[in-house]
Amino acid sequence: MTSITTSADRDSGMPLYGGADARFLRRRALWNRVASYLLFLAAAASVLVTVGIVYVLIRDSLPFFAKVSLLEFLTDTQWTPVFENARFGVMTLVSATLTVAGIALAVAIPAGLGLAIYLSEYARPTVREAVKPLLELLEGVPTVVYGFFALLFVTPLLQTFIPGLSGFNLLAPGLVMGIMILPYTASVSEDAMRAVPMGLREAGYALGYSRFRVAAKVVIPAALSGITAAFILGMSRAVGETMVVAIAAGQNPNFGFNPLEGASTITAYIVQMAMGDLPHDSIAYHSVFAAGLALFVITLSFNLVGFFLRRRFREVY
Amino acid sequence: MQRQLNTLMNEQFDDIPAPLGEASPATELRAEVRNLDFWYGDTQALKGVNLRVADRKVTAMIGPSGCGKSTLLRCFNRMHDLYPGNSYGGEIRLFPEDRNLIEMDPGLVRLRIGMVFQKPNPFPKSIFENVAAGLRVRGINAKKPLDERVEQALQGAALWDEVKDRLQESAYGLSGGQQQRLCIARALAPQPDILLLDEPTSALDPIATAKIEDLLTKLHKSVTVIIVTHNMQQAARISNYTAYMHMGKLVEYGVTDDLFTAPREQMTSDYITGRFG
Repeated sequence: MTSITTSADRDSGMPLYGGADARFLRRRALWNRVASYLLFLAAAASVLVTVGIVYVLIRDSLPFFAKVSLLEFLTDTQWTPVFENARFGVMTLVSATLTVAGIALAVAIPAGLGLAIYLSEYARPTVREAVKPLLELLEGVPTVVYGFFALLFVTPLLQTFIPGLSGFNLLAPGLVMGIMILPYTASVSEDAMRAVPMGLREAGYALGYSRFRVAAKVVIPAALSGITAAFILGMSRAVGETMVVAIAAGQNPNFGFNPLEGASTITAYIVQMAMGDLPHDSIAYHSVFAAGLALFVITLSFNLVGFFLRRRFREVY
Repeated sequence: MQRQLNTLMNEQFDDIPAPLGEASPATELRAEVRNLDFWYGDTQALKGVNLRVADRKVTAMIGPSGCGKSTLLRCFNRMHDLYPGNSYGGEIRLFPEDRNLIEMDPGLVRLRIGMVFQKPNPFPKSIFENVAAGLRVRGINAKKPLDERVEQALQGAALWDEVKDRLQESAYGLSGGQQQRLCIARALAPQPDILLLDEPTSALDPIATAKIEDLLTKLHKSVTVIIVTHNMQQAARISNYTAYMHMGKLVEYGVTDDLFTAPREQMTSDYITGRFG
């Protein structure tokens, strides 16, 4: 801006923008266009990267599926990619993945729901203001810390009363992962519960409901799709979580759901392979992409279900 | 000036049998507000309110926005207790047992006093379960009594014929007016001593409003009704007694026809003739 035009100037017959109206408008239109292109590029970049990742996943797993049938991939219960007689049953990795995620949810659902109910229905505003940032702080703890916590603290602790527990097992990372996703699930569930209109709660209280009955019979049913979405997204995080299981669950591909044994999850397998020296075009190399694709499909479907549930709960009121 | 007004009001109240008794000798006292103060934190919203509520009559409370009429209504079922920092002074005595409900457990108070809100607020449940909700919390869970009392309440709220074939459908499928009548049925089902209505028709269209007004004029034969309304014509049409409030004080209280045709206070007169408010 080189000159300032006031109404007084205009009154005295001076044209707007120093006589350069057309130039001013052209320049403004140009800036508008440039800004919109730049913003579009920023948005497009993130979409393109995602599409690129999916493209690479599919492209590099195609050679794998040329050698291993989809049926074998989904039904075999052995995963021995570097053996002479290699077997590729991804369910081996999926079983460990789901076991850990299941344990995590068994911790996160009751604790997260309890915490959310407490924060939304019982806690005084001052308490809530203090606890919410604390939860976000917990979310900021690096996952590698949780991994070592599982391996070096939780497993030895559990071994004192579960004698048969292996040093690497699914139980400890599952429990720790439950604590890890708890802030997220609690916070999203609490948001869903807080979004329930106060009028619904008052209707419950006016009928003589206790605080707990209002929470259990009014707030939770009204926020149910939001709460479900929170836990499905939490599940999706648990399935995709890598560091905790890579450190504390071991790297043995065992089919089965025994939480006391160690087993390699999909993510742990990918880490293990990505760090080793694999011949670039070997089937073991391509199996990493196939496993990644399987993981992608699992988390994507969880996220989709969560997304639709969230949308539904937004439309309820 | 203010003190003068207060004493004046108190004298009027000392005069009363009016409005009770004057209308009909059979009228009995159901509740009496005595010198009620109420604070939202440091803000005093009610100042020394005195009000007698006649049994099985409709008592309307009118007044400009912010005059405290909803605040007073919500004292009757201790709704203010849900929010921190609120406090009461004075008494609301419940009759015939003559207990001060300000000192009772709020849960117990709400088991006896039902409420209908400004915005229809049915639960995200079936029509049947909405009406049954207040019965279940009182331990009525057997099918037969539930069925009977749900039907009775829906009949009482003039909704039965419209919903009897779809009791298991979601309450959210009903129109706004139907939802509000459902909320009335929900409040009526446990047979409360007093039914509180907080501007129950302000969110509804004229036809739905007419239905609810019609319903309320029938209702008071079985239940004591206290209604807050913005709509003076509504108060005139459906209530037996009307209280006019202003700035947290009860300015005038009397038989509805008297209050609207011959208000004793200048302020009341200004309000009902539309000079302010």
